[in-house]
Amino acid sequence: MEATRVVQPKSETVSLGRQKRRERLVGYSFITPATLLLLLFLILPFVLAISFGFTKFNLLRPDKIQFIGLENYKTLFQDSLFYKSLWNTLYFTAIVVPVQCTVALILALLINNKLKLRNIYRIAYFSPVVTSMTVISILWISLYNPNEGLINSALNFLGISNQPFLRSASQAMNSIIFMSVWQAAGYQMMIFLAGLQGIPKDLYEASAIDGANKFKQLRYITIPSLYNVIVFVVTITTIQAVKLFIQPYIMTNGGPENSTRTLALLIYQQGFQFRNAGYASAISVVFFVLVVLISFSIKRFFKDR
Amino acid sequence: MSFKRTNLLLNIVNMLIALLFITPLLWMVVSSLKPENQIFADLSSIKSLIPINLTFDNYIDAFNRIPMMKYLSNSLFYVSIISISGLVVNSICGYALAKLEFKGKDVTLTVIIALLIVPFESILMPLYFIVNSLHWVDTWLAMIVPFVANCFSIFMFRQFFMDIPNEILESASIDGSTAMRSFASIVVPLSGPVFATVFILDFISHWGDFMWPILVTTGESMRNVQLGIQTFFTLPPIYYGQIMATLTFTTIPIIILFLFLQKYYVQGITSSGIKG
Repeated sequence: MEATRVVQPKSETVSLGRQKRRERLVGYSFITPATLLLLLFLILPFVLAISFGFTKFNLLRPDKIQFIGLENYKTLFQDSLFYKSLWNTLYFTAIVVPVQCTVALILALLINNKLKLRNIYRIAYFSPVVTSMTVISILWISLYNPNEGLINSALNFLGISNQPFLRSASQAMNSIIFMSVWQAAGYQMMIFLAGLQGIPKDLYEASAIDGANKFKQLRYITIPSLYNVIVFVVTITTIQAVKLFIQPYIMTNGGPENSTRTLALLIYQQGFQFRNAGYASAISVVFFVLVVLISFSIKRFFKDR
Repeated sequence: MSFKRTNLLLNIVNMLIALLFITPLLWMVVSSLKPENQIFADLSSIKSLIPINLTFDNYIDAFNRIPMMKYLSNSLFYVSIISISGLVVNSICGYALAKLEFKGKDVTLTVIIALLIVPFESILMPLYFIVNSLHWVDTWLAMIVPFVANCFSIFMFRQFFMDIPNEILESASIDGSTAMRSFASIVVPLSGPVFATVFILDFISHWGDFMWPILVTTGESMRNVQLGIQTFFTLPPIYYGQIMATLTFTTIPIIILFLFLQKYYVQGITSSGIKG
């Protein structure tokens, strides 16, 4: 008995060591497919984007690549179209993020109750989210039709004359903003709704006894309890907004008068229509830096409060 | 009394907003089922949202002009392959990061989370360069392979697997079953919800693919539905009824999928928010 007791722990450590080694092997084999794919199709392109930024070449003639140092960046920071696109991207983001998050929160509050038809409302608010952006964009070109569109008909009914919407440099971006809020608010609503359902009910009951009205409850219970959810929603909405591409590509092609040209659209056009792969990569790098800067400033902004 | 009045008010407000939200989509479906001149005749009245003179002519005419069925099967084909192979590749990676011990694990996890922030738009150019160098342009490989591994899916899987108790897994390794088999026979059956969630998130996101297919498909043979409807939209003569028919047709598969997997889709959206 004594002898086996001495031997057993020893053999256990041996098999444990073997098991550990085996586990390590299994671990590597399990992460290999994903990491290889990510290396080749995400990390390598990312590194290449930075290097291409210092070169000049046609995407289809990579053999004629030329190193030109910071030339692309010099051009970029003197390119008025770049500034216009940057402005448009920031404008879209600055309007869409607060509006969409507020609409989403209001929708979530409207259905965070025991109404019998709650699920119907929820599906109605969410239905544009599952519809693809291509479908939505084409549909809204028809709705925004300056002569025979549904929206102008509705406006006529209210006594307002026909509006040009996408055909006007002053209205096109706002029209895209309106549509984008309608399309995506349901997504953020779902996140808010889950957050709302996590707030303990007794907080409300206690404050109701103290005589707090609905608005006071919203201000002092709901919003503070949702703080982390709000940070998250603002972050993902912002990152989504900065990438604006499909809507202007399909609806306006960046026009009229470049009023809807965004950074993503500029990258695409420089790279694939004008085939300036180096220049487009430089814009991509600036775009990436912008996304990182924005994400960090959101973090900072909310941390300070 | 006041409770009832609040409810009535809430219902009225909800109904009005819900109507506003579904009007565009309702108009799309209703118009796809109406003769062209009826669409315009009804435009200025509530009739534009009510199906009158129902007809499937728009669908028949549109399908005669473009191979919608081909586009649909193309999309179903490549999006299914991305989503299903993505389940395998990302789940085993997420499992290793959650439950196995090996050197470099923390670094791998950190890198994967950091990569979440890289926007697709900023790697578009070099990704095309790589795919072109591999001679994949105009093949399914270009549409599928770069998108199988997905940092967000790996992260979702890892979060889910973290919550599986270790005792269940240890009993398996003592039995001497190989790791892959124990993963398939013990972990997978316990993880139905996360697989469903990742699948539908991936499927819906790739169903909307637009920018990438423009670049890597040149002919009609590999065109996906989104490119198909966009091409049709720019193809004269323009008939609203037919365009709305193609839009409605493109949305149907997603609606069906959503109805079946609604719970998991919503869970995917919300759990990322609460945990992330």
